[in-house]
Amino acid sequence: MAGINSKTKLLFKLLKTSLSFGIEQIALIWSDRLGRIGLIILTIMIFVGIFAPVIAPSGPHEIYRYPDGTLKRMEPPSWAHPFGTTIFGKDVLSQTIWGTRVTLKIGAIAGIICVFIGTNIGLISGYYGGLIDDILMRITDVAYALPFLPTAIVLVAILGTNQWVVILVIAALLWRTSARTIRSNVLSLRNRPFVEAARNAGASDLRIMYKEIIPNLLPLIFLFTAFSVCWATIAEVSLSFLGFGDPSVVSWGRIIFLAFAGQVMRIAWWWFVPPGFAITLFVTSCFYIGHAYEKVANPRLETY
Amino acid sequence: MGAYITRRLIQLVLMLFALIVLLFIIFRLLPGNPASMVLGPAMTPESIAAQKRLFGLDKPLTLQFMLYCKNLLTGHLGLSFQYRTEVMAVLAPKLLNTIVLMGAAFFLTLVVGVIGGAYVAWGKRVRSGDLAISVVLFFRSSPIFFTGMVLLTIFAYNLGIFPVGRIHTPGFRAANLFQFYFSWDFLKHLILPAVTMMLYYLGNPFLVTRSSMLEIKGEEFIDIAKAKGISYWQLLFKHGLRNSLLPVVTMLSIMLAYTLGGQVVLETVFSWPGMGRELVFAVKNHDYPLVQGAFFLIGCFVITGNFLIDLLYAYLDPRVVYK
Repeated sequence: MAGINSKTKLLFKLLKTSLSFGIEQIALIWSDRLGRIGLIILTIMIFVGIFAPVIAPSGPHEIYRYPDGTLKRMEPPSWAHPFGTTIFGKDVLSQTIWGTRVTLKIGAIAGIICVFIGTNIGLISGYYGGLIDDILMRITDVAYALPFLPTAIVLVAILGTNQWVVILVIAALLWRTSARTIRSNVLSLRNRPFVEAARNAGASDLRIMYKEIIPNLLPLIFLFTAFSVCWATIAEVSLSFLGFGDPSVVSWGRIIFLAFAGQVMRIAWWWFVPPGFAITLFVTSCFYIGHAYEKVANPRLETY
Repeated sequence: MGAYITRRLIQLVLMLFALIVLLFIIFRLLPGNPASMVLGPAMTPESIAAQKRLFGLDKPLTLQFMLYCKNLLTGHLGLSFQYRTEVMAVLAPKLLNTIVLMGAAFFLTLVVGVIGGAYVAWGKRVRSGDLAISVVLFFRSSPIFFTGMVLLTIFAYNLGIFPVGRIHTPGFRAANLFQFYFSWDFLKHLILPAVTMMLYYLGNPFLVTRSSMLEIKGEEFIDIAKAKGISYWQLLFKHGLRNSLLPVVTMLSIMLAYTLGGQVVLETVFSWPGMGRELVFAVKNHDYPLVQGAFFLIGCFVITGNFLIDLLYAYLDPRVVYK
């Protein structure tokens, strides 16, 4: 009985700390004017993504026809189809709503993985120094010399056009920026008195790295998470636009790819403007949230 | 300075070698046997073997690597599978087109970004600074292809002011290279893609100049210059801007790699016959000597570009040499 009780207590405590931590972060973002706007837009978009099946007028692949059976090709916006239809007779509004899910998911996962890799490489490199630092930083240099999109295209072509491949390729190429910045911050932290104190008290390297240094870098890590989501989203939609996206799902980039490939820009502007504007809004909202963290971290970033 | 240049030169060579090795590894993994792209399924095993011999695919990998290094050093990037000509001959004019577009866009981005950033930082109203940041971030968030498509729809398809892509009007004949790039026709085709790219990359120089300008604004030498009674514009350009350019130079090398990557999308939207567009075609057609060649040229461009920017930085701020 006592065992269960202490376990529940522990769980409750954990929940409480993570909840108060979350509220703290939201309050921090909310205190910045741009951050507030970003948070509102982002929340709405996440809701649209989660409730896509309820909100969207039709499924992502549903085809509309006239009573006589012909396809509703490139109908301009109307009450029945607020954003018009595509050349294949699909409703652009529904496609944009369904696309929210895919693009937000890929952008968020790729962005988070990339910060995870970058933080760990930067931390290990900066903390241990010496040969490890040299090797890791030379790898980072090579990663910097690779032009991002061309490399991503080639890798996706090799490994297959599938959502998870796209996520991994983006993460594998984008970690470089966060690795460099985290490293330079670890370098300035590792000789501070509190780290020395922990070391003298007998703390292990792992403990010092993850319990003493990381908490001091959290605003910077969140900042990079926000920016990495922006870069990853832009990368994903660009890959999709070039025809290297997952063909089985409806994403914002892929809608625009089909509109562009159909060469109907002259007539059907409604086909690519809604998804394009959605991309812009989503990335802007993440940049704004990053802006709120930049005020806290203020590492004089030059990386928009 | 000499020792610094030598050290950077050694690094340059090492980076190039890393690029070459990486390329070799990546391209031996590509799906679809390259020979199967060239040959029809009806061909006999003998002719397949003959084709493999023609492209040097029958030799062991180590020997292929040695040959490949030798060829790269002598400027032979191999035979393209689609065009059946030297990769270099296919890519050279494309590379020039890319460099011209990139140069124009880069120049435009720097001029507008630096002057805009300085102007906003120098102003007294904080509100206008926030507004300017929002506008810049908006364009930074809008993918290049979307901005490009919107500009095309408005200015080319509806207003008809600019052409709808490509580098020249069909049927245009240039008497020489000079006329090819320095003609009214070319300029008209250049403006929309260059402006599209500028809008996307404006954020970098704009925000960097702004923040470094804000820092300099509080320094004593500005107060002294003000006390001397010099004009507003002289203060802005001669004393403020000149001293806040260093961070902009640092940023150039990162921007170089990013913009070259962005070229792929930009050239696709505007049907610009450059390296980026060629690279996309080549990947889709599994033309791997061409992909490899394009990739190699882009990589070399980035690495040497970074080298030159580092030298420029060392010249502007000699302290880095002694690190």
